[in-house]
Amino acid sequence: MIRRYLCAFSLVVFALVAAPASAESQLRFCLRTEPKTFDPLQVSDDGSETIRYLTGGVLVQVNRQTQQLEPALALTWKASKDGSQITFKLRKGVRFSDGTPFSAEDVAYTVKRLMDPALHSPTGDAFRSGSGNVVTQVLAPDRITITFPAPVAGLDRLFDQVAIVSAHSPKKEMAVLGPFAVADYKAGVSVLLKRNPNYWKKDMQGHPLPYLDSIQLDIQANRDIEMLRFRRGELDLINSLDTEYYDKLASSAPALVHDAGPSLDSEQMWFNQVASAPIPEFKRKWFRSTTFRRAISQAVNREDLSRVVFNGHARPAMGPVSPTNKFWFDNHLKVDPHSTTLALQKLQSDGFRLQNGVLRDAAGNAVEFSIITNAGNKYRERMALLIQDDLGKIGIKVNVVTLDFPSLIERISQTFNYEAAILGLTNVELDPNAQMNVWLSSSENHQWNPQEKSPETEWEAEIDRLMRAQASSMDLLKRKKSFDRVQEIVAEQVPFIYLVNRNALSAVSASVHGAAPVSLRPQTYWNIDMLTMADAQHR
Amino acid sequence: MTVARKLACVILALVLMVSLAASWLAPAGYAKQFRETPNAPPSRQHWLGTDEIGRDLFSRTLYGTRISLLLAPAASLLSTLIAALVGGFAGYLGGAWERIAMGVTDLFLSLPWLFLLITVRALLPLNASPLVSVLATFFMLGLLGWAASARVLCAGARVLRESGLLLQARSMGLHGFRLFAVHVVPNLKPVLYAQFWISIPVFILSEANLGILGLGVAEPMPSWGSLLKGLEGITSLGEQPWKLVPLVLLIVVVTSFQIVFSREEVVA
Repeated sequence: MIRRYLCAFSLVVFALVAAPASAESQLRFCLRTEPKTFDPLQVSDDGSETIRYLTGGVLVQVNRQTQQLEPALALTWKASKDGSQITFKLRKGVRFSDGTPFSAEDVAYTVKRLMDPALHSPTGDAFRSGSGNVVTQVLAPDRITITFPAPVAGLDRLFDQVAIVSAHSPKKEMAVLGPFAVADYKAGVSVLLKRNPNYWKKDMQGHPLPYLDSIQLDIQANRDIEMLRFRRGELDLINSLDTEYYDKLASSAPALVHDAGPSLDSEQMWFNQVASAPIPEFKRKWFRSTTFRRAISQAVNREDLSRVVFNGHARPAMGPVSPTNKFWFDNHLKVDPHSTTLALQKLQSDGFRLQNGVLRDAAGNAVEFSIITNAGNKYRERMALLIQDDLGKIGIKVNVVTLDFPSLIERISQTFNYEAAILGLTNVELDPNAQMNVWLSSSENHQWNPQEKSPETEWEAEIDRLMRAQASSMDLLKRKKSFDRVQEIVAEQVPFIYLVNRNALSAVSASVHGAAPVSLRPQTYWNIDMLTMADAQHR
Repeated sequence: MTVARKLACVILALVLMVSLAASWLAPAGYAKQFRETPNAPPSRQHWLGTDEIGRDLFSRTLYGTRISLLLAPAASLLSTLIAALVGGFAGYLGGAWERIAMGVTDLFLSLPWLFLLITVRALLPLNASPLVSVLATFFMLGLLGWAASARVLCAGARVLRESGLLLQARSMGLHGFRLFAVHVVPNLKPVLYAQFWISIPVFILSEANLGILGLGVAEPMPSWGSLLKGLEGITSLGEQPWKLVPLVLLIVVVTSFQIVFSREEVVA
């Protein structure tokens, strides 16, 4: 009798353990920040961006592998010659995750919300080209024309970031058109995404996508814990890895790590050229000297920065565009090769002289400056130390100062009480239009000399003109020519000393099939609807 | 003197002597970068290997020990002096003076130390040389770390104020600062010593905390704090055990100070 009970009990236990594991294919990974919003039009942080990418349905999508624009909810699209109008032909029979039908009205509603000044949509900012209202014209349930008050450069590609929201669904932004929908959210703990049963996309054989049933996103800022959990098999991927973690994992499981090459992000150093900055006049004179900046740039050994600081998982940067950005990168860009001797010669031609190992300017002032960077960012701290050593070889004394981030930002954007800084730029978009806020001399993010009332140098005036010209032209080749010239001016004038482009490093468990990590975000799950999981036994 | 105390004294003396001889013993300068061999394991050339940018860790440990071990007592001396002035006078004078002084002390105790240090560090001139930054860091530690000691000293002075000793001294015509200097301070000596010794490891650890945040002693000058930062990427003890040497050294020195101090406390 007891034996019979035991058998029955064992069967029940086996059924409970085995059944759920094989029934659901779930992908698990970490969000490093709490998502601030589930409204796709208000996304401004990494956590929310991940949710938007996994749940939002877009009209057109940039293929992260080919970098080409592909149809999504829109079958075809056509932008007007002047770039102020675009017409989409939409897919028919598409439904939101809650069953509400999708039509041109939803697109009109989304655009209206996107451009609503009261919403302050960061995504909408990219579309704001001039004063006036955006007009949407629903031509048919599956056709819509959107007219902007002024031309918008790269208009069609900008819609890759715009997740369409429903105009009629009672669930509002929680009704989605993407492959997954938010099913559960535990603040500070996790977000559970479930497969969207109404997702429009099908594979080549006509099977509905996505293949995965759900995605478990654990909110975890600690990278050590993330790594440990990945090693234990509790996570299936790490979207962005530090070089140390990459190398550690590569030594034990080389098949799991992926180095997709240089990302779009760059690390750079710049000198403070602000006229009103509280720095000695002779230092301002150095920093405003093109020869001085070029000499410093030439004295920095970028190969060593890549090899020593990033263990080889970075490439010496040449300019504002990463070589990964296939179309916009200027292949003919010429940058000064690293040479301490040539750097010193340049400085001597500018009136500097080396005396007893100390570089002095024409007035006899010893060349000394401080570089500030954010405390806690070990890569920037190490880069600063290598630069300190490199510049020491030409008699320049560099003081490296690490500051907490708020103090650093206050100095570089409000008080301008600093001499040089090292920071990075995170580039999400391929189009240079996204860098307008850096290159226009009137911009706040024109970091070496922000918010100039009028361009203070001829080359800045030329950059302003070229950036405006590329932004208002719809001719892609003309835009490319203009932006190539911007890259050349930047290489000549060196307002930013570009240091490295960090590689896109990621880790994907062997249980995930179909992953093909790329250097564009989101590196590992850009093709989320095509990913599958191995059997539970293999996990 | 117990065996443990003797041993602690020997360890402290040995560590101090070796660190003072860093210029002769270190095989390389603390800032010298061997860029071809970053993160190297121990070898004949680099006894403790190299750090992330190829600097000799043995040399950096020697120089770092010198800085932390010399400047932490200096900071401790400063804080003990301030504590003696504030706490001693407050306890000796009593009444409103004591209430005001202890109010200020409580305010200092309630301040979030680490954030205060981060803020003060951020206000320093950017072009301060590493040496100046070292001195500034420990000066700030000394300047801000007196409050706990002041409370202890105030209590000690209060006991003395009501003692027969002072009553007798007053009856013999001693008053004011002379009474404080001749009778109060000498009798507070054991407490002062104890506070001095107990503050040293606290300041060593505070500098280490600041160093881990990248805000302590300016690079390339080493300190125990900046050396401990090298442990950031270590996920298992067996991975690069030689990198634990600064941590072991810190534990040994702080423990030695505690053993020496516990004796002083008994004396006090």
